[in-house]
Amino acid sequence: MSIEVKNISKTFGSFTALKNISLKIENGELISLLGPSGSGKTTLLRVIAGMELPDPSPDSQVLFFGEDVANRPVGDRKVGFVFQHYALFKHMSVYENIAFGLRVRPRALRPNEATIREKVHSLLALIQLEGFGSRFPKQLSGGQRQRVALARALAIEPQVLLLDEPFGALDAKVRKGLRDWLRGLHDELNTTTILVTHDQEEALEVSDRVVVMNQARIEQVGAPAEVFHHPESEFVIDFLGNVNVFQGRINQGQAVLENMRVKLSDPTIPDGEQAKVYVRPNDITIDKNSIGDSSIEASVTRINRAGVQAKLSLASKNNEEIRVDVSMERLLELGLQLGDTVYVHPTKARVFVPDYTI
Amino acid sequence: MTKNRKAALPGFGLTMGYTLLYLSLIVLIPLIALFLKAATMDFSEFYQTVTSKRVLAAYRLTFGASLIAALINTFFGAIVAWSIVRYRFFGRRFLDAIIDLPFAMPTAVSGIALMAIYARTGLIGKYLEPLGIKTAISPLGIVIALTFIGLPFVVRTLQPALEELDGESEQAAASLGANRLQTFFRVIVPSLLPSLLTGFTLAFARALGEYGSVIYIAGNIPMKTEIASLLIVSKLDTSDVPGAAAIAVVMLMATFLILLLVQGIQWWSQRITGRN
Repeated sequence: MSIEVKNISKTFGSFTALKNISLKIENGELISLLGPSGSGKTTLLRVIAGMELPDPSPDSQVLFFGEDVANRPVGDRKVGFVFQHYALFKHMSVYENIAFGLRVRPRALRPNEATIREKVHSLLALIQLEGFGSRFPKQLSGGQRQRVALARALAIEPQVLLLDEPFGALDAKVRKGLRDWLRGLHDELNTTTILVTHDQEEALEVSDRVVVMNQARIEQVGAPAEVFHHPESEFVIDFLGNVNVFQGRINQGQAVLENMRVKLSDPTIPDGEQAKVYVRPNDITIDKNSIGDSSIEASVTRINRAGVQAKLSLASKNNEEIRVDVSMERLLELGLQLGDTVYVHPTKARVFVPDYTI
Repeated sequence: MTKNRKAALPGFGLTMGYTLLYLSLIVLIPLIALFLKAATMDFSEFYQTVTSKRVLAAYRLTFGASLIAALINTFFGAIVAWSIVRYRFFGRRFLDAIIDLPFAMPTAVSGIALMAIYARTGLIGKYLEPLGIKTAISPLGIVIALTFIGLPFVVRTLQPALEELDGESEQAAASLGANRLQTFFRVIVPSLLPSLLTGFTLAFARALGEYGSVIYIAGNIPMKTEIASLLIVSKLDTSDVPGAAAIAVVMLMATFLILLLVQGIQWWSQRITGRN
């Protein structure tokens, strides 16, 4: 189902959690709200769920399929909500947890016991926990609990699934497995899913689109590859993975730092402006000999070989840290040792000129 | 396995030894003395003492009034704890402090205070009297006194449990379509049940042994408003120590069985839900 929020603001006392947010989520989409804590992503999710009311304003709207649901309480919105800390009912068995949403329906709509049993068993099969129906939440692992929480949310056949950092409390291996499983589930059930996360890897991996949020605002919305490769702001490039920042100055349509020059996408920026050059660690080539006027001299301070690529830490002459990812083959070829002098050359860089509006 | 492997936390021997000694001196030895005293009677004498009409009436009154008082406290104490924990209002701290008063006051003072209010000429008693409700010198008065002294037990055991309730379970219930009543009875109450049961047990046990606050308001009419503790004291007054001990032993055993039963229920419910 398509969901649209328009001009939503939310303040808690003097704290602004959401500032005039508008966003449209397409039917069947899996979209991530990504941002650091305090960026407003969870508040936005809770506003969509109906657990939080947006600040009253004549032009603010929450639309489900074009219909304003602002006055509909959470229970009437048919949303499946999954919490970071599961929020399972501890005194109920797994079976009863999943059946809860069916049992609390008004009498006329309540399915009979046989239907409930069938439904719960099919959900247990879906979350691969057949035979766990009589267990209690305390007797399950974190990953299992979160799957039960998901099944409980799915039991009411929600039109939209809202997940609030669902894998945040799980360890790395489990969360990766669950993440892939969630993507499969989303495709199978054909729901609309909104996932809140502060983990950029998670967001980039499972989503159709990513909404990057910062300080109560949306920074950028786009497909994972788009936000990763074409970040529109310093915040986005900084938040999505490691990045090196170089301070430079604009000169003849190029950003200049030491004797390195980076071409600007917009050559009209006047000379003399301060420029920040962002370069990802794997967009840097490294050599033992100078590569002419577009390289920076640095010395090797750390070599980490654990991983598919080796991670190097270098120190420039100004003692700024430069992080570089190189392939193992390249590392062997260069025969690098700690303290060696190398020359780095960015192959791809993004230049932002502070306070200069394009 | 080595014999002299040191535990990470030292002092087990010392503290355990102290615990056993302390418990023996303060609790176990007096209890044994009580049993020994009761055993100076032969069995038929013992049986006659504890099944005499007056004693049976006192047992009935004591257990009955304590049960009613504990139930009242469980219900209203829960409401008090709920409002203190869940809402922020002016005077909340003050209310919170008042709850401990029945705890802190000498029971005789409570007794006199209750009497001043509920006697025929008392503040409330004088309005109830014309309605035919007799509060002083009646079982009702005893229930009032026992309710008074039992309240802190329920409130104080329930408070931490209420504070621990995560708002998220309630929100989860709401998102699944439960209305407020359903959320309250299916989610909140069951998670509070263990604490409610503990609070009830404590209030009940406290009421069973209460003496000071009851004797003034009860009037102590044999067969009518005479509680077991008072009967024990009056036996002691007539130097019938074995008789007093006999009544006490039966009280003790009954109390013990009730506590055991409640603990058993607790243990069982925790075991099936995997809680510890």
